[in-house]
Amino acid sequence: MTGPRLATSGCCASAGDAAPASEAQRRPIEAPYVVGTVSTAVGEVPRVATELRFTDKLGSWKARWAMGRMHYAVEPGLYAVGTPAPVSPVLVSANYKMSFDRLRSQLGGRDAWIMVLDTRGINVWCAAGKGTFGTDEVVGRLDAVRLGEVVEHRTLILPQLGATGVSAHEVKRRSGFRVVYGPVRAEDLPAFLDAGMQATAEMRRVRFPLRDRVALVPVELVGSARRALFLGACLLLLSGLGPGGYSSARAMAVGSRSVLLLLSAWLAGMVLTAALLPWLPGRSFSAKGAWVGLALFLCAASYEWAYGGLFGNWPTAAAWFLIMPAVASFMAMNFTGASTYTSLSGVLRETRVAVPIQIACGVVGAALWLVGRFM
Amino acid sequence: MARLRYLPNVVTLALDDEKCVGCGMCALVCPHAVFAVENGQTRIVDRDACMECGACAQNCPAEALSVRAGVGCAAAVLSRRLRGAGPAC
Repeated sequence: MTGPRLATSGCCASAGDAAPASEAQRRPIEAPYVVGTVSTAVGEVPRVATELRFTDKLGSWKARWAMGRMHYAVEPGLYAVGTPAPVSPVLVSANYKMSFDRLRSQLGGRDAWIMVLDTRGINVWCAAGKGTFGTDEVVGRLDAVRLGEVVEHRTLILPQLGATGVSAHEVKRRSGFRVVYGPVRAEDLPAFLDAGMQATAEMRRVRFPLRDRVALVPVELVGSARRALFLGACLLLLSGLGPGGYSSARAMAVGSRSVLLLLSAWLAGMVLTAALLPWLPGRSFSAKGAWVGLALFLCAASYEWAYGGLFGNWPTAAAWFLIMPAVASFMAMNFTGASTYTSLSGVLRETRVAVPIQIACGVVGAALWLVGRFM
Repeated sequence: MARLRYLPNVVTLALDDEKCVGCGMCALVCPHAVFAVENGQTRIVDRDACMECGACAQNCPAEALSVRAGVGCAAAVLSRRLRGAGPAC
């Protein structure tokens, strides 16, 4: 799940792959975002900066490209922003560093407490979906940081998307703390706080604007690159086949064109589908991707018609007519996990219909392509 | 921007009017404005916008809501289908 500023980072990563935050490399007190401490009834609490530094931005960028994303965590626990008092608000966050950074960067000039849950380095929404950003963790963390001794009120502000894992009335019953759900996006927090903890209807809606959709593309590309390159290498090798036996010169000549067509379908199925999502026909992602693949094939066919040399013969042209939409459709379908509005029931239905068609197109297309090698 | 809508008539969301106390928590936590509260009674006004995240049922103090909550992620669905129980996405 992904898109919203606070919660998103491509398809939800499995919590099992993440380093447990309790084994974080450094004590919070030594972390670069910690700027001193605040004295409380339970001891010193690290104070965090509200300005993001270059290293924070670089870290976010790297996580977007799947570099170190599974270990991009902060130590769970209590943090201070500004000079909070026992009456200051308590904001709850996940220990994915991008979530934590988005939150603290919105709190400039304010006094507040941040209680970071142990979500195994996963963002709020995805962790809530898995239950790690959940009722048990909230109640347990309250105890662990002795929040009841630090603040005199009994209110916690949680990101709205945490509601998937947290039961507000259960937290109240088990801990006495009232849960108030803040806005979906951290950038709306200042307005929410200034309005006396009131979120507008717009602040409560999850959108999936172009900016968010495009931000999720790199991690999807990196995740699927190995499979795409493997298929490309297979095509390159098989391209040497022909009437007179195997020829490595032919593998390079025909193969490079085949790899170009395959990788362009892979790339377009991902990038164009994400960018043009609202405007592509159909509701299922696989249909949207198939249109992208078909459009790409038509571009290639136009080139063939004008200049020739791309397909060479009709079985090869027919093969790409099937393969390009199938590949793009599959890539687009996998973007459901990154999107912010697909239901499990919908994805179950979509995959049941689309995957057999994609496989059939792929298999028949591969057979036609092989036939084309010998013509 | 055109509205993004997923497949119609698929979601498992159900509201039990008998149990509903009209507190409005579901409408508050829902990220897709599926609910509306009028005169102390909650209604599902946009069922097809539901993404089955489960936040409403999780936060309904009257247990009036039911939904098969899950993540709409094709990669997770496929790996589960291939390997039995795969990663939860």
